[in-house]
Amino acid sequence: MLQWIADGLVIGSIVSLGAIGLTLTFAILRFSNFGHGELLAWGSYLAFSALAVFAALGLTDPAAPHAPVAPFSFGWPLVAALLIAAALTALLALAIDALLFRRLRLQGSITLVIASFGAALAVRNGLLFTYGGIPRYYSQELQIAVPLVPRSVWGGLRITPDQLFVLGLTAVTVVALHWFLTKSTLGRSMRATADNRELARVAGIDPEAMHRAAWILGAVLAAMAGVFAGLTVQLRPTLGLDLLLPLFAAVILGGIGSVWGAVVGGLVVGLAESLAVAWIGAEWRAAAAFVVLTAMLLVRPRGLFGERA
Amino acid sequence: MAALDLAGAVSYAAFFLVFATVFAVAVLGLNLQWGFTGLFNVGVAGFVAVGAYTSALLTTPPIAERLGGFGWPVALGWLAAMLTSGVAGTLVGLLTLRLRDDYLAIVTFGVAVLIQLVALNAQRLTGGPFGVQFIPKPMQAWLGTGTPWTLAYLALAVAVLVLAYLALERLVASPWGRVLRAVREDEAAAASLGKSPFTVKLQAFTLGSMLMGLAGAMQAHFVGYIAPEDFQPILTFQLWAMLIVGGSGNNRGAILGAFVVWGFWAAAGSLLRGFIPQAEQARGAALQVALIGVLIATMLVLRPRGVLGERVAVSRHAASGD
Repeated sequence: MLQWIADGLVIGSIVSLGAIGLTLTFAILRFSNFGHGELLAWGSYLAFSALAVFAALGLTDPAAPHAPVAPFSFGWPLVAALLIAAALTALLALAIDALLFRRLRLQGSITLVIASFGAALAVRNGLLFTYGGIPRYYSQELQIAVPLVPRSVWGGLRITPDQLFVLGLTAVTVVALHWFLTKSTLGRSMRATADNRELARVAGIDPEAMHRAAWILGAVLAAMAGVFAGLTVQLRPTLGLDLLLPLFAAVILGGIGSVWGAVVGGLVVGLAESLAVAWIGAEWRAAAAFVVLTAMLLVRPRGLFGERA
Repeated sequence: MAALDLAGAVSYAAFFLVFATVFAVAVLGLNLQWGFTGLFNVGVAGFVAVGAYTSALLTTPPIAERLGGFGWPVALGWLAAMLTSGVAGTLVGLLTLRLRDDYLAIVTFGVAVLIQLVALNAQRLTGGPFGVQFIPKPMQAWLGTGTPWTLAYLALAVAVLVLAYLALERLVASPWGRVLRAVREDEAAAASLGKSPFTVKLQAFTLGSMLMGLAGAMQAHFVGYIAPEDFQPILTFQLWAMLIVGGSGNNRGAILGAFVVWGFWAAAGSLLRGFIPQAEQARGAALQVALIGVLIATMLVLRPRGVLGERVAVSRHAASGD
């Protein structure tokens, strides 16, 4: 029993980080961005390319290109690659906004949604074209799952150091985000715009600046989530499409515009997927997010922490 | 030599046109949902799949380890396809039509994912990854295989398309159609006049889904074989591109869009195949799909009404100032 909880929390961490960005764009930009998953995918691949660039520039030792810091499978190169990927993903999000979404903002949310999946299609297949369809990995280092809890206690728990890192860093990020959103001016301005855009404008908050902030924050978190997914599972071009339904389920479960809701929603969806794999079978895991989504819409459409439906 | 090329060209053209016609039927359904009613269905491929599998499973001969296979006549299969996809549309509509617009988008997307999952994994029901084979082709007994049969099927498909078009035009011009447009433009105003927006939206969504299911059945009986990979999100995107390019809110635009975008798709495909070496074909296919995405985005920015936009209906009384 502990095992599927742990596995679910790892998946849930990835979904949570992506869902936070999605819920912010939902609330501040006011449309459901079907391309958000692609930011995760691009984040993961950009980090992959950054690692390759490090190697090409001779910054890393060819014998140990990932400079792993025991017990993890990675070292400073991946951390640096993550930072670069976050910056580049933010640039990508801002570029798509400037080229496409900003021109359509006056036409209503549905047009933006259609545009977003046109963009998603282009971006996802751009990824497929650039990197090919074969799954890739950041490093060939093997990770052995460490038994944290013996099998006699609730089925036991085995977890890899990388997975623990993902859990830990996600928790730190969420706490830092909470501090940012409650204590800093920018964070509070973003929340104000998410809650009531017109009133925030009256108070002197520039909506376009908030749009940019939402894209940047969402993209940075998405890149982190993407790298975590690449680290704990694999890099594949369909990552964005595969995570789209879980991301939306998490956002709707938590309530649109609520960051904590997105976190809780993401963890619940992760646990649901893990449970589905344990009980029904791995091939049905995509259905778990759909079940969570449908149940939420039937019972409480505005989500756990959301406003009106 | 010339005769051989001509026969090949005719065969290719017929094949191309059948696909375009079948897509046009589905796009008419999408146009009813989106163009006339303003409902954003991102799970079109799912409803097409429901129709295709229904007709296939009912009309094929029986196979061990799989349900269905009742050997029904093709026409009944097509009617059943419309029925099941209509039921699916009604269920999805009941769940989401009272909620905000983008929830419908998300749920329909989820429904399509779920349907694909079922098609892939419920092997006893759908044949799993192997799909359904030996789907009977209508009129095969008289015409055999080959170009004459393809042309005959094209005639059948075009007849269905024309019937669907005329029925929809009639419907849209009727009082029901006016309520539809009223609901799309201003739901509160329509409700204040005593119309029931929810009922009308549900009916439109169901009808649109029925057309998508019919298109699925038409495709299944043309190719003779279906598998889960025929109904992936890319199909949804192709149909949406067709509607956006042709002009949503206009049935002729919907049909035009189907032929234009299918032509664009086929042309892009053969161009890329010509330029890209054999080993990289999969990556070339990705480029083809990316182009569709760019097409959708570009049309939305440059000409959102499409090639043939909606015909704006203005009341006779407007100019006279009554």
